[in-house]
Amino acid sequence: MWADLAREALSLTLEHLFLVVISVLLAALIAIPSAIALTRRERWQRPIVGLVNILQTIPSLALFGFLIPLPFLGGIGKRTAIIALVLYALLPILRNTLVGITGIDASVRESAVAMGMTPMQILREVELPLAAPSIFAGLRVAMVTTIGTAAIAAAIGAGGLGVFIFRGIASVDNAQILAGAVPAALMAIAADEGFSWIERKLSPP
Amino acid sequence: MAAVVEFQQVSYTPPGQARQVLRNLSLTLESGETVVLLGRSGSGKTTALKLVNGLLFPTSGHVLVEGKSTREWDPVALKRRIGYVIQEAGLFPHFTVSRNIALPPRLNGWAPEKIQARTVEMLRTVGLEDYADRYPRQLSGGQRQRAGVGRALAAEPALLLLDEPFGALDPVTRLALQREFLKLKKTALFVTHDIREALQLGARVALLHQGDLAVVASPASFQQSQHPEARAFLEVLQSVG
Repeated sequence: MWADLAREALSLTLEHLFLVVISVLLAALIAIPSAIALTRRERWQRPIVGLVNILQTIPSLALFGFLIPLPFLGGIGKRTAIIALVLYALLPILRNTLVGITGIDASVRESAVAMGMTPMQILREVELPLAAPSIFAGLRVAMVTTIGTAAIAAAIGAGGLGVFIFRGIASVDNAQILAGAVPAALMAIAADEGFSWIERKLSPP
Repeated sequence: MAAVVEFQQVSYTPPGQARQVLRNLSLTLESGETVVLLGRSGSGKTTALKLVNGLLFPTSGHVLVEGKSTREWDPVALKRRIGYVIQEAGLFPHFTVSRNIALPPRLNGWAPEKIQARTVEMLRTVGLEDYADRYPRQLSGGQRQRAGVGRALAAEPALLLLDEPFGALDPVTRLALQREFLKLKKTALFVTHDIREALQLGARVALLHQGDLAVVASPASFQQSQHPEARAFLEVLQSVG
């Protein structure tokens, strides 16, 4: 029986990891370029960040519920879960990229322009490297929260470690609940440590 | 001597504002000469500097650099011809000192060996040979300013623009850097609010007062000026002794 549990735990952990990595990756692909575009259009910053902020305030179970009846996007399963997880992961990445770039010392930016660097060169050689620690801090927050939220995705049939947790609650079985919760917690700690390490590596001395 | 910079009846009003920051400025900078733009805060001296390298463009009139209006210059090419030093140095915090200094030659497309040789030469010129691999944060204020000057000189610019480059330094370091600046003998426009610095470094001193050019004179004749704003600055000099 323990062997079965362990085997299932391994496969659900991998499924959970898949949900998280795909969602954070997609969120990063949307949020980082959007944030860069927003640094060039200051007027849009408040409305866009505000909108993404509102998404964040919707309780996750409710968001899954909203998405299910939607045509194309919704339904039961992984796709709906990933869409919801992406929406949640947008905010920390968007905000941290924005803050990282707009927080660059004005004198650094001015001298970059005055030396005749093109906007593309400034982005590649100044803005992104200097914002990198902040961007990775955003990715770290997105990873950790997505690992937690993804557990709820089992409620709409997306799989992952939430399967254990919901089953454990339904059958009043603490071993099942722990089999879901402990790997999720370990995954969150590992993501936190890993990204913190990258953040430190990228910070200038 | 050829004019490197020529202000022709230049006025500048910031976008969305009614107040003119510069009015009808006409001034010429000859090759090899240092002209100091002196004035209080808000006199328009920094604006005048930014009009030269195309960070700003005149509302009316023309600024000619090497005979060509800044509007006709390719904006990137113009900036790469000109060395620019500001009070906060503006070094890239994620670049070492040598990589900071190597940047303008790299932007100008120099060959790697030439960049390398030039960087070593500039490190020696500004006395930072032993700090090549340090980051700006690991330097003192004076050393950062030296690195900023080294970076501005690295690509052999036709012209140097300096905006209160030594303003944030202690007086001893400042004096040392002023003496080194005199040895460079570059064509330069130098902005300061320090009358002593202006008289020491300028072949000519141009005094700006609320956007108007009040006086242009050699340091010796500037000291004889009867213009009230010039007298106000000269009084500062006497009060220090």
